[in-house]
Amino acid sequence: MTQLTNQTDGQADGPLEEIAAGFSRPLPQGIAPEDLVDYYRRMITIRTIDERIWMMNRQGKVPIAASGQGHEAAQLGALLAAEKDGNCFHFPYYRDLSIKMGAGLTPTQVMLSFMGKEGDPYSNARQFPLQGADLAHNVIQTSNVVAAQLTHSVGYALGCKMQGDDQVIFVYFGDGASSQGETHEAMNFAGVHRLPVIFICENNGYAISVPQRMQMAIGDVANRAEGYGFPGIIVDGLDLLASYEACREAIPHARREGPVLLEMKLERLMPHTTDDDDSRYRPREEIEAVRERDPVVSFGNFMLEQGYLTEEQEEEIRAEARRAVNEATDFADAAQPPDASNLHENVYAP
Amino acid sequence: MAVKSVIEAVREAMREEMQRDERVFVLGEDVGWRGGVFLATQGFIEEFGPERVIDMPLAEASIMGIALGASFRGMRPIPEVEFADFLWPAVNQLIGEAARVCYGTNGSVNAPVTIRIPYGGGIRGGLFHSQNVEAYFFHTPGLKVVAPCTPYDAKGLLKSAIRDNNPVVFLEHKKTYRLVRGDVPEEEYVLPIGEAEVKRPGQNITVVSYGLMVHYCLEAAEQLAAEGVADVEVVDLRTLKPLDTETVLESVKKTGKLLVVHEDNITGGVGSEIAALAADQAFDYLDAPVARVCGPDVPTMPFAQTLEDAYMPSTQKITEALRNLAAY
Ligand SMILES: Cc1ncc(C[n+]2csc(CCOP(=O)(O)OP(=O)(O)O)c2C)c(N)n1
Ligand SMILES: [Mg+2]
Repeated sequence: MTQLTNQTDGQADGPLEEIAAGFSRPLPQGIAPEDLVDYYRRMITIRTIDERIWMMNRQGKVPIAASGQGHEAAQLGALLAAEKDGNCFHFPYYRDLSIKMGAGLTPTQVMLSFMGKEGDPYSNARQFPLQGADLAHNVIQTSNVVAAQLTHSVGYALGCKMQGDDQVIFVYFGDGASSQGETHEAMNFAGVHRLPVIFICENNGYAISVPQRMQMAIGDVANRAEGYGFPGIIVDGLDLLASYEACREAIPHARREGPVLLEMKLERLMPHTTDDDDSRYRPREEIEAVRERDPVVSFGNFMLEQGYLTEEQEEEIRAEARRAVNEATDFADAAQPPDASNLHENVYAP
Repeated sequence: MAVKSVIEAVREAMREEMQRDERVFVLGEDVGWRGGVFLATQGFIEEFGPERVIDMPLAEASIMGIALGASFRGMRPIPEVEFADFLWPAVNQLIGEAARVCYGTNGSVNAPVTIRIPYGGGIRGGLFHSQNVEAYFFHTPGLKVVAPCTPYDAKGLLKSAIRDNNPVVFLEHKKTYRLVRGDVPEEEYVLPIGEAEVKRPGQNITVVSYGLMVHYCLEAAEQLAAEGVADVEVVDLRTLKPLDTETVLESVKKTGKLLVVHEDNITGGVGSEIAALAADQAFDYLDAPVARVCGPDVPTMPFAQTLEDAYMPSTQKITEALRNLAAY
């Protein structure tokens, strides 16, 4: 039996600190220290590339990027649980760099994509970076129309069920996306048919500039799950292990009993995209306070404090990430964009 | 050969495709025990069960979006919209998403979804049960758009649509459902998407049309022939996208005169593109300006009989336009 229960009651506006389980606990089920080192390495590489993308944008070489900074722990926790399970599929949105890259792309592939070059694994530079599909790693993101992916994930789950495959489908979306009618429609249908979908709301409190209080009259998106007949759970999205644990429990539940909504409370550390200026709508003190809650820093501290990494090993991981990202950047910078003759290809499938 | 109605042909096409391919399934409002509002899926839930005949919650965006997601998984869904007029909530998933899937993934994912849409007026349906929606999809690369007018064409083309690896908008004119009957072979056949058909050969004037209007055009052509005014060739597009430009141009080059007929609004309609095609590629062959008999630019045919008649192209309006062309 699953242990999932609706844990949202009475936590409507509780500060994140109370929700966080903290780092002083034993390793969760199914996790070995090597997994943590592996995932810390991925996290650092992803953060390094995320920071590099901003630099390249300012140099005019990356036209646009939605930063995943602040969302890494939530996404990588989900990915870790999905990888451990071994039969999951992902429908991410534009802020899910850690899902897409973490799932197995090389820094070079990622850089090619951000610079709009031939060899972008998602769409060969037809779309914004890392949008399209990476079937080799079980990921589809057809667009960046907010919330369009939710019905896709549910339909995909329906297809799995019809084909007798017990694959579990993860779909990711923001707090703003939770307002869309399609989000409601997708959850409603998934609930009716008890489809194996894990809805992950990455709640960073903003939809571009619009704060959550203008987006909805409630404190917790998780509460909505009750209206669809499945559990909704609040998760500390700044804690990789908390995200992992919630997803690890959600996977068998999804398989046996149907959907789960996980609301990952987290922070957007950067402006909405490279085109955004968040000082127009976010007080400076808030931006600074948020930066103190960086999940990459806290996961690093945890790794050191718990003795999973020495200072030297940690520094080595960073140096290796810098090296790989430098190399990827140089390679992508020198690479060619797709030939103009590609314009007419693949409008229709054969 | 047996004589069947359009709705029977549609039903048969789906049933046969569901029998031959387990990946095919239908989803929509009331498609289960009710058998669909027009009974297109009558008997399906009994034959194929509720897993493959899904009564959907009343939410069109999810009907299209879930069909799309299932198609990513290799299924071949046939979503049904009850009336074209109720399609708009699904348009994000159809135009925004489905049309761009293959292109936006550089060919790694495709979307074999056939969305069936009963459309069209002349049935006292008023503003919200009469709409013509084809121009929006005709304009959209990545979609195919099919609009048959006979039971034979409907069956053969629907089977092709279901087997096609692209999203196909399948437009069924409601007024033809029971009004139009015709021969349908007992044996298996499919008709290729993208081929127009000359429904009546003629020498003097070309009329290009699709859907219900083809029947009115044929009536008008017979009338003019009987009067000895003109020998009219009637081209039924059958598929709007991809457009069979070859058949249209061949006919126009032969006759030198072109009339386009559709009940959809005249501005920016399919007829505008046909006229542009003739101007672009058959200019030297034209002996008269291209003429159009189309719905006027009002939102849809209104409910009152007088207003609906005023809106709808009719055999009489077509005959008049043909007389003018003949005299030119
Ligand atoms: C349907 C739609 N409307 C508007 C936009 C423009 N837009 C892009 S992201 C965004 C905010 C989304 O916020 P949220 O869902 O909270 O995700 P976050 O960016 O905070 O991760 C908006 C309004 C869009 N992409 N799609
Ligand atoms: Mg947000």
